[in-house]
This record gives sequence, structure tokens and C-alpha cells, in this order.
Amino acid sequence: MWVGYFVTIFAWYACVKWLPVSAFQRLPDPLTVVIEWFNPDPDYGLSFFTRDYYLHIWYSTYRATTSFVLAVVLGVPLGILMGWRVKVNEYASALLSILRPIPPLAWVPVAILIFPGSEPAVIFVTFLVAFFATTMNTLLGVKSIDSDYFRAAECLGAKPGDILRDVIIPGALPSIFTGLQIAMGAAWFSLVAGEMIAAQYGLGFMILESYNLVQYPTIVIMMVTLGIVGYASSAVIRLVGNRLMRWRAQSIGLAAA
Amino acid sequence: MSNTATDINQTTEQTGVGHLSVQHVGKVYDPGGANVVALDDCSLEIPAGEFIAVVGPSGCGKSTLLNIMAGFDSLTSGSVLLDDEPLATLNGSLQPGPDRVVVFQNGALFPWKTVLQNVVYGLLVQKQMSEQAANEKGMDLLARTGNLDRIAHSYPGQLSSGMQRRVEILRALINNPKILLLDEPFRAMDTVSKTTMHRHLLDIYDQYHKTVFFITHDLDEAIFLADTVVVMTTRPGTIKLRLDVDLPRPRTRETVLSERFLELKQQAVSAVHEEAKKAFERGERELA
Repeated sequence: MWVGYFVTIFAWYACVKWLPVSAFQRLPDPLTVVIEWFNPDPDYGLSFFTRDYYLHIWYSTYRATTSFVLAVVLGVPLGILMGWRVKVNEYASALLSILRPIPPLAWVPVAILIFPGSEPAVIFVTFLVAFFATTMNTLLGVKSIDSDYFRAAECLGAKPGDILRDVIIPGALPSIFTGLQIAMGAAWFSLVAGEMIAAQYGLGFMILESYNLVQYPTIVIMMVTLGIVGYASSAVIRLVGNRLMRWRAQSIGLAAA
Repeated sequence: MSNTATDINQTTEQTGVGHLSVQHVGKVYDPGGANVVALDDCSLEIPAGEFIAVVGPSGCGKSTLLNIMAGFDSLTSGSVLLDDEPLATLNGSLQPGPDRVVVFQNGALFPWKTVLQNVVYGLLVQKQMSEQAANEKGMDLLARTGNLDRIAHSYPGQLSSGMQRRVEILRALINNPKILLLDEPFRAMDTVSKTTMHRHLLDIYDQYHKTVFFITHDLDEAIFLADTVVVMTTRPGTIKLRLDVDLPRPRTRETVLSERFLELKQQAVSAVHEEAKKAFERGERELA
């Protein structure tokens, strides 16, 4: 693992400093970035020691989390209903299959027109992406449950409420959590783009701003920060999932043993 | 402590329940279109407490018949009575219920619940007793059936398929069903596991004497386990042959080698092969 990092940084350094390619000359080298990032008094105003750094992280994280939570709260129940009840699926599929392919950025102008201010607009666009991913994966998760489980529950005397609680939700949970991780990644993706276009503050916003102000090391700092925060958010989801689905870990463990 | 209605310790012979009467049952899929006649005029009397095995070529409708009895499917002609009460008629069928629990071919233990949680599921969901009482009853049954209480808190994914199937049978049994419906439960198992499972199933049968409706394609298994073996024809499925298996119980390893066993097998084999050949020539695929 460390070898990979080492080689990447080395290659980056080489491209910027040693290769006679003019395009790379304008990029900051790894050393400059690291020095700036850990500088108590950074040249361009952002480092581990500045308040503004954490302000931008907070804005982006807040937006991503809000849209994600909204997407889950709306998407999971809808996905379950669509997978469980054929009628719901018929009505909802038609609408969703037209809306889903529209790329998130295409929604930005409409979002700005609908919502008063850039903040809700950015959250809305991010929400859409996460929502579609969540719904589809939840739907697939419910559909993939073997019908024998439903039948077994029925002949043991389960009512629809019991089936929802004891078959559908646990059965679909693995797919739901895969969907959540995808949704989180997609959310960050569209969030950064949305911030670049329509926001004040935020990691995406700062990347474009740094570019405009010719503060190139800051671009890299923001990018790496995005990577870390994005990874952490997905990791949290994965950990929660593992906790909820301990039965899965058990059986996989046995197979490995 | 024991409630007569739910006490599995009362054998079927004492209570006399579990008498199934299949009367001229027919099932046609898609009558307006493809018109697939899965079952045609099937009639069968299954006395209370009898172990009946149904064999036949793939696609002959064995599972369709079981599904109709279980309440997963409806019939299009005839009727099925359970203890002289209508179970499935043209006017409607009873919903699936704990009086006729099914054990499935590929196993349907809930992977997200422990063995104990699976076993007591029926009791809890029917709101028959408190969780504590149900757990006690479950542990008791597990312990009595080959010391399975030691795996009570394992998940099904940690168990072998034989263990899983045993637990699944107990999950059905604890509800004191009138009939046990087993749809090729040991199909996916290797021979050694299968032999062990036969022993376990027969132990349960000898002890509780439930009416058992057992579907299989394995003739040896059918004759070894059952009191009656029924051979079904290929589609449209009907009863071709009914064999009285007058082998003594308890069935042992020697039973399979006895002359009587071979006689019975001879009768059954020719019937099954005849139908299998017809099915093969017609290129039937397993749909039942």
C-alpha cells in the first residue's frame, strides 16, 4: 500500500520538476503542497491551522450529509414500496425512468430558479443524484429476495407487517447499503460540481476559487481533503452496515475458513 | 403449561387430525392463452398420520399440488379438504398457515435470524405466547432433537445444509401443524447427508406421527421413508400408480436391502421410467 503512494508522489514530483513538459510546469509540486498544508501561516490562507479550512470542510460536509439523509429518508421507503407492491412500481417507474437519466448538472439552472438562494439549490441537485441511486438499489434489493422466504413467513403465520419487518427489510439491507455507499459517492461528485457553479464556501467552491486566484497549491489541498472526507463518509456507512448485518459477516467468515 | 391445541407432544394418532382429501383437483395456467394443464383430475386420500411420498418426472405437477395444499396457488377444478373442512375450492383457498407448514427445496431459514429465532418465529408471529415462553419451548425442542441447542445462537450461514434442514423441519414442527409439506427438501444434498437426514426425519415421524406429504424424485428415498408412494404422470399430471409400502417401522439400513423393498421398487421404477420417457420425448422442462 505505501509503495503505491510513494510511487504516485514520486511520479507527480517528476512530472512537475524534471520533465520538460510545459503543461506540467504550472502545477504545484508535492513538496510545496505539503509545506503549505502544514503551514501555520499559509501563503494562500488555507492550511490545517486556519479556521477557514475547516469552514469549507464544514459547508461541504453539511450539504452532502443533508442531501444524503433526505435521499435515504425518501428513497429507501419508496424503493421498498416499489419492490413490494406491483402497482406502486408501475406508477413510479414511468416517472423515475425519465427523470433518472438527466445528468445532475443539468438540474442546476432549474434548481436555482425554483429555490431561493444557492444553498438549497446545491443541496437539491445533490439530493437528486443520491435519491435515484438509493431508490434503485433498494428496489433491486427487495426484488432479489428469494420468494421462498416470503412463502415460509406466510405459512408460519406472518402478516404483511411482519413480512416487511422480518423478510423485506433484512433481505434488502445488503443491497440498500451498497446503494447508500454509491449514493454517498455520487452525492460528493455532484456536490462539488454544484459548489463550483453556484455556491459560496465549500471545498468545490474553493477549488475553482483557488484556480481563479492562481493559488494552485490550495487546489491540491482541497482535492486531497475531498478524497479523505469522501472516503470517511463511505467508510462510516460501510461500518454501520456491517454492524446491522452481522449475520452476513458470520457466514462469509465460515466460507473463508 | 401445555396447551392442547399447540402441544406438539400430542401425536396425530391420538388427535386424529391431518386427514387430507384431494378430490379431482385440476390446475390450468393461463386458460385463455397458453392453456397449460399442470394437473388433471388428481384424486388422493391421505389418512391422518400417514407418510406419503409423491414421485414423478420433472414438470409433472408435484410441486403444483403441494402449492395448492399450502395455499400458495389456487386450483381451477376439484377441491381439497383437510379434516373434512374445505382447504382449497373453486370458491377460494385458505391462506397459507401454520396448520400446513412447508419445508422448501433450497432451504428457507431466515439467514438474518439465529437458529433459535428461526425456530420460534411462527409462535411469535402468531402471537401465541410471550417471547420468553417461546424461546424456552424452542430450546427444549432443539435440545430434544439431537442436542441442537448447542447451535441455538448460530446463524444459518454457519451451519451445514443438513443442520439447516433439520432446523427448518423443527421450525415447522413447533407450530403443531396438521400436515408437514416437504418439497424435495433433500434434493440438493449429497448421499451421505441425505441418509443422515432420512434418519432424522424418520425419528421425528416416529415420535410425532404428523401427516407428511413428501415430494421427491428419488425412488429409493420415497420407498424408504413412506407408507404410501404415489407416482404421478407427466403433464398433465394425474395419479398413475399408488403403492402401499408395507415395510415394517422403524425403517433401518437393512430395510433397503430386503426383498420386499426391491419388489416395491420394481413396481415403481417401471411406472416412473415410462412417464419419464414420455416427458423427455416431449422435451418438458421443470416448471412445477
